[in-house]
Amino acid sequence: MAVKLDSLQSSAYFSGLSSDELDAIGKYIFEKTAARGEIILFEGEPARAFYIVIAGVVKVFKTSADGKEQIIYLARPGDSFNDVPVFGGGLNLISAEAMTPVALYGMEKEALELRLAEHPKLAENIIQVLSRQVEQMLSLVEDLSFRRVTGRVAKILLENVEDTNGQRHRLTQQEMAAMAGTAREMIGRSLKLLEDEGKIRLERNRIVITDKEALRETAGVAR
Amino acid sequence: MAGMPEIDRSKCNGCGLCVEVCSCKVLMLVGSTIEINEKVECRKCTRWCTMCEMVCPTGAIQCPFDVVTEE
Repeated sequence: MAVKLDSLQSSAYFSGLSSDELDAIGKYIFEKTAARGEIILFEGEPARAFYIVIAGVVKVFKTSADGKEQIIYLARPGDSFNDVPVFGGGLNLISAEAMTPVALYGMEKEALELRLAEHPKLAENIIQVLSRQVEQMLSLVEDLSFRRVTGRVAKILLENVEDTNGQRHRLTQQEMAAMAGTAREMIGRSLKLLEDEGKIRLERNRIVITDKEALRETAGVAR
Repeated sequence: MAGMPEIDRSKCNGCGLCVEVCSCKVLMLVGSTIEINEKVECRKCTRWCTMCEMVCPTGAIQCPFDVVTEE
């Protein structure tokens, strides 16, 4: 299947590149699809390629020796994953699992390194993408270090609220636990507490945010 | 079927724990896998209890939530 230039352009990696540049780079991009639940990358294996999500949602996570999972982030269309080890060399730092059927564009390490020398704008974009990833990691460190579990759950709800196009991923309590770095039981308690405080309402397969300002306050995030 | 727990039969080991905790009797063990009894609706409680998801040792049952803002 041919790589679609408009899909490429929607990614921060390739925004602002000319059609000629996208054509040239597109030759080195391969497409990959994965079914829901399929593991795309395993942590600790040699890093061969990075990926951009074109459709679907990918869970990017780390696993402890005793099997506990910490979700680093959910990669949605336009987001990338496995970039850091591809640039830094070495092994995959994370595992990645398809949470829905997904379509990905991938680029191998060697191809990417060669294209960087030819397209300075691509290098500039990559610096911006990696800077944003550092910001995300610092935000996660801040959450895990300073925010109480209820605050973390409030933040997760705010970050995953359905947008006007209905484009948000549905979350299970297990996934929220893996994002918040806590046990599933704590998520149930936190949701109940937030409901008792009038900030959310739990319904059948819906969590309704009833007081967004109060939830923001609990999450410790600015408007 | 809307509003029902989602079952990944490839992960189900047929332990039956979810059937035991399901207060609505929506889940049933057929052979060695879990099935949803479509004659019964998971509506006894006004909201999901998610107990089936919690007790499942293999992650075969999921009760996902949409997060929405009140209109």
